[in-house]
Amino acid sequence: MKKVYDKVLSVSGNVISVRAENIAYEELAEITTSREKSLAQVIKLEEDLVSLQVFAGSRGISTEDEVRFLGHPMQVSFSENMLGRVFNGSGEPRDNGPAIAENVIQIAGPSVNPSKRIIPRRMIRTNIPMIDVFNSLVASQKLPIFSVSGEPYNALLARIAMQAEVDMIILGGIGLKFDEYMFFKNTLEEGGALNRSIFFINTASEPVVEGLMVPDLSLAVAEKFALNGKDVLVLLTDMTNFSDALKEIAITMEQVPSNRGYPGDLYSQLAKRYEKAVDFEGAGSITILAATTMPGDDVTHPVPDNTGYITEGQFYLRNGRIEPFGSLSRLKQLVNDKTRKDHRAIMDGMIQLYAQYLESEEKRAMGFQMSPWDQKLLKYGKMFEAQMMDLKVNIPLEEALDRGWEILADCFTPEQTGLRSELVKEFWPEKSED
Amino acid sequence: MKKSLGTISSISGNLITVDFNSKVSQNEVGYAIKGDERLKSEVIRIQGNKAFMQVYEDTKGLYVGGKVEFSGEMLSVELGPGLLKQIYDGLQNPLPELAEEHGFFLPKGVILEALNPEQKWTFTPSARKGDKVRAGHFLGSVPESHFEHKVMVPFHLRDEYTIEKITEKGNYTVKDHIATLKDSQGKTHEVSMSFDWPVKLPISIYKDKLLPKDPLVTQVRIIDTFFPVARGGTYCIPGPFGAGKTVLQQITSRYADVDIVVIAACGERAGEIVETMREFPELTDPKTGESLMERTIIIANTSSMPVAAREASVYTATTLGEYYRQMGLNVLLLADSTSRWAQAMREVSGRLEEIPGEEAFPAYLESRIAEFYERAGLVEIFNDEQGSLTIGGTVSPAGGNFEEPVTQGTLKVVGAFHGLSRNRANARRFPSIDPLDSWSKYESFVSKDKVEFMRDFLYKGNQVHQMMMVVGEEGTSLDDFVVYLKSEFLDGVYLQQNAFDEVDAATSPERQKYISEKIYEILKTDFYFEDKENARDFFYDLRQKFIDWNGIRMDSDDFEKQEKQIDETIKMVTENEKSV
Repeated sequence: MKKVYDKVLSVSGNVISVRAENIAYEELAEITTSREKSLAQVIKLEEDLVSLQVFAGSRGISTEDEVRFLGHPMQVSFSENMLGRVFNGSGEPRDNGPAIAENVIQIAGPSVNPSKRIIPRRMIRTNIPMIDVFNSLVASQKLPIFSVSGEPYNALLARIAMQAEVDMIILGGIGLKFDEYMFFKNTLEEGGALNRSIFFINTASEPVVEGLMVPDLSLAVAEKFALNGKDVLVLLTDMTNFSDALKEIAITMEQVPSNRGYPGDLYSQLAKRYEKAVDFEGAGSITILAATTMPGDDVTHPVPDNTGYITEGQFYLRNGRIEPFGSLSRLKQLVNDKTRKDHRAIMDGMIQLYAQYLESEEKRAMGFQMSPWDQKLLKYGKMFEAQMMDLKVNIPLEEALDRGWEILADCFTPEQTGLRSELVKEFWPEKSED
Repeated sequence: MKKSLGTISSISGNLITVDFNSKVSQNEVGYAIKGDERLKSEVIRIQGNKAFMQVYEDTKGLYVGGKVEFSGEMLSVELGPGLLKQIYDGLQNPLPELAEEHGFFLPKGVILEALNPEQKWTFTPSARKGDKVRAGHFLGSVPESHFEHKVMVPFHLRDEYTIEKITEKGNYTVKDHIATLKDSQGKTHEVSMSFDWPVKLPISIYKDKLLPKDPLVTQVRIIDTFFPVARGGTYCIPGPFGAGKTVLQQITSRYADVDIVVIAACGERAGEIVETMREFPELTDPKTGESLMERTIIIANTSSMPVAAREASVYTATTLGEYYRQMGLNVLLLADSTSRWAQAMREVSGRLEEIPGEEAFPAYLESRIAEFYERAGLVEIFNDEQGSLTIGGTVSPAGGNFEEPVTQGTLKVVGAFHGLSRNRANARRFPSIDPLDSWSKYESFVSKDKVEFMRDFLYKGNQVHQMMMVVGEEGTSLDDFVVYLKSEFLDGVYLQQNAFDEVDAATSPERQKYISEKIYEILKTDFYFEDKENARDFFYDLRQKFIDWNGIRMDSDDFEKQEKQIDETIKMVTENEKSV
């Protein structure tokens, strides 16, 4: 049942309206302008007045363009054939491959019944010590990377994608710069991971409304694969662009803004996506890593602020490094007791010493005299930054723990580390400084 | 009753406008019909022949011209035996049963019985034929967990009744008739063990509401000693993300000295409530020896579940709490988080195009918050017994800034304020309740002047600390430095508590009294040290011994041994003085 209308009543921002009957809420329509075809979604129904957001933007839409209602909400295909392919924010191929029309599924489906959820317990190794050792990533976790624009958050995402022990990667790019998109593609291709990846990409040059669908498309496909037993890692970059798109539509629709122009339901909208992260008992899982750029490095900005309340921790990326303070994986306690018995001790001990190093460093910068203890801490801090924090470091967890012991032994005596003596006995390296 | 029908005329998000031409009342429930699905909705505004309704489910696929069936009832919950141990969504759908029938995902438009209609309960009558009864009077009881669940005259019966007939002891379902009541007009009413009550109406059939005075012991030292909560009182926990609100709520739900805990997970992460759901059945309640789940009801309406139901979930939880209070029990309601509830109101208000107040919250936000917390209270029921409902709500202020409408609206009406601080959380000082900003209007079991004295040290210590940041340790006098060390000592061994240590996680009132006395004495003692290093070493050593002491059970021999060691450490310093 396809209904066609050819009288566009209003065009405002990326929202148009037509008069039509028997239209369902969130139904899709196709608009044919003199130049192109675009999808649009019903976002408000008032008597017979239908408002639609146009994914390709409203530029060039004329009052007599044809609006054809498709009789179904937004949907996407789900098939193994999607692996290695790139799609746009409407779910259409953006590489030169054929369209995929099999196994159509709806996006933005119902949420998981909390009583079917299980306590997460599987660690995902990334070979990045700042993650594996200090803030372990757990299957079914949702974690954002907070950073200012310009930080290498996409490079970090790409590296995690390459190295993480998962079956599949789905990349959702929202307002992604074309260069960054190519960077992801090339990195995964070189690493041989492209054939287990699916891309949904809305680039910065394309209409921002189209980006709105990207998280839902990515997560709907991820959900199906997870139900089929796959561990899926979903990368979303950048969720601040997504929130800005929401803001744009809300303001066009004359909704009352709540905080800095963002709609009142920003929290619910973000939560609806992030909460798709799940570990299906007896099947696969979805883990979500997202980039959230903080305008002005301000963590109280509505987007990072609302995100922080939803996600299970956050990684702060600053000066090209994952900050040990502020970064937090809320779920790490669930897995880091099962790795190696010195894991937790090294995690706490090294960070406490690093905090002391920062104090000494501050004292030094202010010109206070350095005690021998300060000197030791300074040495330690430098080694810690170079051999652990640097994102170039690429070693498995066990090796990272061993390296931790070596750094400690290079700088301190066992008592000075405050580590429990039974662990020292077992792990303290033979050659020690003095 | 004939069901009236309406027709959808507009849809925006979860708000629909419905044309009707018969009777419709405010807060009435209706069902938007879409194929086989019946989407529960509630009337929230009436204008001419248009009813504005919030839909408790995703509105995708509804269309203009679709039908809405009005029920004639307000949004209600079912009250009766079998509520304990349940895990409900915000509208009292049992989630485990939903999962059994529908698998991983929450189906749309499915409504299940809140109380198992098949389960039989052993009813023992306590009232007799001919007795005069009113709403809330006991007719009998059934065993539920380790409680005598009182079967009461349904609360909506507002007359005096004579019992015409009451059934004998035996096994009945919640729907079986167990008594026949005759009202003053001579009309008879059949009564069963369960009945409905509209969630947005407070249950107020008690004789009297009293001033809360007895402390509600949470076994968290900083709360019980410094910022206590009273049975029947209210408190709030505002804090930025990562400050440990939810962990604090979890600890409270485990150790609080009450009969029943209702946990409302309102718009927060699903993962957190899952921990409670999975762990509580495994944990034992030290008071009864049964699993903790036996005294718990969970209302889980997490952040990705429909927003309107999130608004309702808080009321659902409160109503269940009030119901058990009517039996003379002490109930604690933990709402996490009230900000999400307020945001749900904001979303609906925005769609109704109401004139927004601060940060776009509706103008009636404060009165709604006040109404909610006012449902807490210590009450005297018909037989002069007392029951209480205590409400503790977390607040998630935007940007961690307490100067926002929800926090401010809450502070006006609660009896205690446990403000969490990001600085304390970052410094890993847990529970991260700020000892300088927080307050409580209730009385602690530790005497007031001692608490004041100890708090004073925290203020003074903080001042010295601020000063030291400017002038450095070198520029601080030894006396001031010792004040600072003392306040840090108090913080380290008393305010901070290790939630992961079996013993330290929960401190009984006796122990709190005992240890706070000891600390009080130490704070009062004038110590003399040669230099700052000396003083620091002494307090660090003392702190370590105290922390070890905190991890030792009070009834074990080691407890005394450790205390002796502490006394000796102190004696050494005080004796040194004499020789100096």
